[in-house]
Order: sequence, then structure tokens, then C-alpha cells
Amino acid sequence: MASPVTPTPLLKDELDIVIPTIRNLDFLEMWRPFFQQYHLIIVQDGDPSKVIKVPQGFDYELYNRNDINRILGPKASCISFKDSACRCFGYMVSKKKYIFTIDDDCFVAKDPSGNDINALEQHIKNLLSPSTPFFFNTLYDPYREGTDFVRGYPFSLREGVPTAVSHGLWLNIPDYDAPTQLVKPRERNTRFVDAVLTIPKGTLFPMCGMNLAFDRELIGPAMYFGLMGDGQPIGRYDDMWAGWCIKVICDHLGWGVKTGLPYIWHSKASNPFVNLKKEYKGIYWQEELIPFFQAAVLPKECTTVQSCYKELSKQVKAKLGKVDDYFIKLADAMVTWIDAWDELNPSGQLPNGKSRSHSASVPAAAKATNSDSIVE
Amino acid sequence: MSQVTIDRNEVDIVIAAFHSDLTSFFEEWRPIFSQFHLIIVQDPDLKEELKTPKGFDFDVYTKSDIDKLVSSSNASMFSGYSCRYFGYLVSKRKYIISIDDDCTPAKDNNGDVVDIVTQHITNLKTPATPLFFNTLYDPYRKGSDFVRGYPFSLRSGVPCVLSCGLWLNLADYDAPTQSLKPELRNSRYVDTVLTVPKNSLMPMSGINIAFDRETVGPAIMPALKLAQEGKVRWETMEDIWCGLVVKLVCDHLQLGVKTGIPYVWRNERGSAIDSLKKEWQGVKLMEELIPFFQTLKLSQDAVTAEACVTEMAAAIKKGMGRSHPELANAADNMVRWVEIWKEVESRVLA
Repeated sequence: MASPVTPTPLLKDELDIVIPTIRNLDFLEMWRPFFQQYHLIIVQDGDPSKVIKVPQGFDYELYNRNDINRILGPKASCISFKDSACRCFGYMVSKKKYIFTIDDDCFVAKDPSGNDINALEQHIKNLLSPSTPFFFNTLYDPYREGTDFVRGYPFSLREGVPTAVSHGLWLNIPDYDAPTQLVKPRERNTRFVDAVLTIPKGTLFPMCGMNLAFDRELIGPAMYFGLMGDGQPIGRYDDMWAGWCIKVICDHLGWGVKTGLPYIWHSKASNPFVNLKKEYKGIYWQEELIPFFQAAVLPKECTTVQSCYKELSKQVKAKLGKVDDYFIKLADAMVTWIDAWDELNPSGQLPNGKSRSHSASVPAAAKATNSDSIVE
Repeated sequence: MSQVTIDRNEVDIVIAAFHSDLTSFFEEWRPIFSQFHLIIVQDPDLKEELKTPKGFDFDVYTKSDIDKLVSSSNASMFSGYSCRYFGYLVSKRKYIISIDDDCTPAKDNNGDVVDIVTQHITNLKTPATPLFFNTLYDPYRKGSDFVRGYPFSLRSGVPCVLSCGLWLNLADYDAPTQSLKPELRNSRYVDTVLTVPKNSLMPMSGINIAFDRETVGPAIMPALKLAQEGKVRWETMEDIWCGLVVKLVCDHLQLGVKTGIPYVWRNERGSAIDSLKKEWQGVKLMEELIPFFQTLKLSQDAVTAEACVTEMAAAIKKGMGRSHPELANAADNMVRWVEIWKEVESRVLA
């Protein structure tokens, strides 16, 4: 049964906010009331010589391509360049239990009463309450205030399972693919659906990385966003790829994935013609990818996320390698990612990268401070 | 997506009457129901004559009608909450909408009265998408669509044959839950309808449903009767059982089930605490039913709802029916239902 209303813990020392960016972080001003207490990990894509201005008062570490190359060495090949997929580097270097990732064109949305939505708080609520993947509750998330399990819901399933992922949604510009954007350029998502629900076991979904939170300690190693962007035949499938992998693994390991609230306000519609060029191969390939993931079976011996992921990469190579050579490269990159993850996250915990904030002692534009970011 | 047209000749609204005075119920529903044909099935235990207001097009069926149509041994299938299934049986229309007689129209978040007929029929006339989850829920709703990453080959969806609505105020909680939280009322109107994914079982509440009678009528049957079944929802499982069966049938036949809007307003009735003692049998049963249903497989030869139900009944009889007499009875009822259904259909066509 759902517990009485208690304040949601802040988790400010247990959660990192990972933001990929290529332009600026002005959007953080709007999020300040909700984000300021948290540590940010900024992954700067594109030209590393550009200086990304972070608004005053935020505690952050920032990594550009030079940092990624320096930290990972040859393994840096698994991190995408010129694509927001590079954000997963942030997951890897974080030392916190939870990650919240958001795009730099996402702003605070308002609920139907006109109140600002604290997206991070809702994600935390989602992650800290169980999921119910084994039987569908028709009143959605039974752990929310004001609701519960319905008649007929087996009592033995009411404890639920740990929630590994919280997938939020977007008002205004919806996350449509290029063909849909071209056909419906003016469509805006104005419907606020006041629900969170668990995606049932065995069901795949298209995971969007715009407004996403997860338990890094549980599922982090499987949150690899693939090879996209520069030098790659595909883009805008990074989060999709990660979503299919994590769902198969969560289903295997008995964890849950929630979707629904919170909403953010997505302000920027990307160019549909540019998107079409990036996605076009994906649109064909996903016809093969979906049956692959739907049929993927992980052996019982795979009891850790890393072993599940490595097993998946073998299956990707064997079965999807025939679709295109890209998948052979991707399968190798998946292994590289796991190896890099394990190197950067050995069983003993290391301290977070050196934090930066705008104070008198730290020159704001100093690039030198980047070099002592992480791993000793 | 294009607007769905409602053809009144395709719709029957079936109400089971547990109280003789239906005037206030029908007055509340008049704006929404008056243009449709209604089938009222009187609870066989209700002795008084029904009082209904003028201005409705309906047929009433009583115990004697039930006894006339089905043999006396089968008539017991239609007692209590299950009397409504008789209405499904005798209907000649494509779609059935069925609600409990303690429900009145709800209001949505804009304060507008919810037209359950239009919403249920819209749910049924637009495809379902059970093979892949759409994060913006029903993509056929106005203002929505399939999201990035949704395979194009799955965008035509499958026919939706069951639409499960929800309830504001008194939600369909079980007796233990409602007893523990006597003040808990559902005040959250969730403006969505979504497809229940394939292979995912759900508890179907009979309080507010609609279905494609022509396609899945044979799978929506009165089968499971608890030993102490009563006249409040806390004391029944017949709809829950039905939901497990029909979901399996739909998954097997590539048909879809939607859940979400429309909402009805469910009024106060009965006492959860009083019902506690009666519901335990059902609660215990569910624990074993779920694993059983999750592993039940139907053969390739079962290509109709009738065939699926017949196969399922045999499997239940052989399996759990051995240790649970109420399940063996349910299996027998399933077989009987399919036979009655076929007979009634052939009379209609003859």
C-alpha cells in the first residue's frame, strides 16, 4: 500500500545532473531554484576550444573532447563526437548513485494549475518508489499519493521491484521523428497526462534522453548511448539504443522502468531535414533492431549489468552484424564502454572530479583547472 | 487522425439492474444514453418490477427471459453481477458498453461532462498498439502521434476490441485496501488512454467497459463465481477472471486492449469492511492464477475467440482445476458459454 505523504529527499549529495552542450547553458538560469544545490557534470561536445559559460553559483565539472581523450585514451573511441550521445561520458565519470540528464533546450514546464514543475523532484520520487512490471495497475503508479493497487492486483506483487529508470516527457515540441515532424510541423504537445506508470516486463519502448533519470549504481553500465554523429552513419538513435539495451537488462534482472511525469518544456524544434539525414538509416534499421531486442534472451549466468551488457554486445555482433558493418563496430564499442566503465569505476569509490564554481579563487575561464578533474 | 463517427445502430448499452428504481440513474445518463439502444438485465434475485423513465429505447430481460433462452442448468451462470452477460448474449450489435448501476457521469479537468459512449467507441474504432510502447500514449488521439524511435511497420496497429474505462470518487479498490484507507477517493483525472502491452496481464474491472462483441464476445463470459459472491464489487472476481481470459485471447489473436479514459463517477455503496471476509477467497486465488495465466499458451489452430476460450477451458480444467473446484467450475462455464453463444448466434442468423 502507498505510504503517507512525506517530503521527497533532496539527494543532493547522491545525484549528479549531466548536461551535454555545444552552445551555452543559459537555460540553467530557469532551473536555478531546482538545480542549484546539485553537482553538475557538463559534457561539452564539438569544438573544445570554445568556452562554455556556466551561470554563476553552480557547482560543476566540465569535460570537453580533449578531456575525454585524455581520460579514456584509446577507449575514447566509444564516446560519440558531434552528437549529444557524448553525454554518457558524464555517467561514466560520475561518482553518485543517481543521474539526471536533461537537454539544454529544455525548460521548466507548468502544470495545469500554473505551478512550475520541479522535474528533478518528481524523478527522485519515481526512482525512490518501486516499479510494478509484472502486472498492470490500471490506476497507474500505485505508490503515488491518492492512489493504490486496484481490485484483482495480486498481493504478492504489491511490494514491487527497484526502479532503475525514470523517463520523463515533454510539453510543447514533442519528440517526433523527422518524417512526422515534416508532416506535422505545427503540432505541439499540450496534453498534461497526470500519470507515472511502469512499462511492463517484456515490453520495449523508445527512450528519450531529453529528460531522464536513473539509478547509476543499478543500471549505469548499460546506459551507453552508442556511436553517433561525426564519422558515424546514424544520429538520433543514441537514446533509443540505450533504451532497448537497458530494458532488456532490467527485464532480465528484475528492475523497473517508469515513464510519464515529470514534464519539461521542450523549446527548440530541430531542423527536420537535418534530422531526416541523421535518422534515415535508423528508420530502416529499427525494423531489424526491434525484433532483435524483443527476442534477446540473456543467460541465467549473467547476473551483473556488465555481464549482461557484454553478452548483449556478442549477440549484436552475431545477429546485427549482418544488417550492417556499423553494428560490428557498435558491438566492439559496447565492450570498450564496459571496459572503460570498469576502469573508471573500480569497486572502491573514488572522489568526484574537482568541483568548480564561480568564486574568487577560481578564474572563471581557466582551462588549466580542467586537467585535474578526475582519476588519480 | 480523423474523427471517428458513432453509428447508433452499432451500439448497445447493457446495464445490470440490482435496484428496481432506475429512474435517477437514467436521468443522470439521459443526455448521453437517450439516443442509444439499451439492454437492461434484471438481477434474477430482484423481485420487484423495474421503474424506468420515459424517453429511452430499451429492452428489459428478467429471470424468466433467461430461463427461456438457456436451459435451467445454465441459468445459474447469470446470477448476481453476471446477469449482465445475458445482455451481451442477446445483443445483436457490434459494440457493447456496460457500466454498473451505481455510476453516474463524471466531469473532466475542464469541467465538461464525460461522454463515455463517444470515448469508448473512439477507443474501439482506432487501432491499439500492443507490440511496442508509445511514450505519448494513444498515438491516434488528436494532438498526439507516434514518437521518435517507434518502428514504422508497427504504426498501423491492431484492432482494439476492449476498452477499459476508469472511475473517479470510489475507485475499484479491493476490500482490504478500501478498509485500510476508508477516506481514499480517486480525484485524479488522468487524461490518457493507452494500449495494454502484449503479454502484460491486467485486472479488468467490469464497472465501466466496452468491447467489440462480434470479435471477442465469446471471451467475455460469466465463468468464475466465488463461493460467497455478493452484490457489491468487493465481493466478486467474475470480471477479473474475464479480463485475464480476454487478454490472453487478444494477445494470441493480435488484438488490442486499451485502458484509461473515459471516466465514470462511482457512487458510494456498501461497506468495504463488511465485504472483507467474502473477498479473501478471490484474493488467495489470484496469487496462483497469475503465474498460471502467464505461462498458458494457445495453439496455432485457435484462430477465433471461441476456439481460444475452449482451449483455455481445457487447460484450466487439466491444470489448476484439479485442485480448485471453483476453477473447474469456471472452466465448465467457459465451455457452456461458448456453446450458448454459438447457439444464440445461429438462431440470429437462421
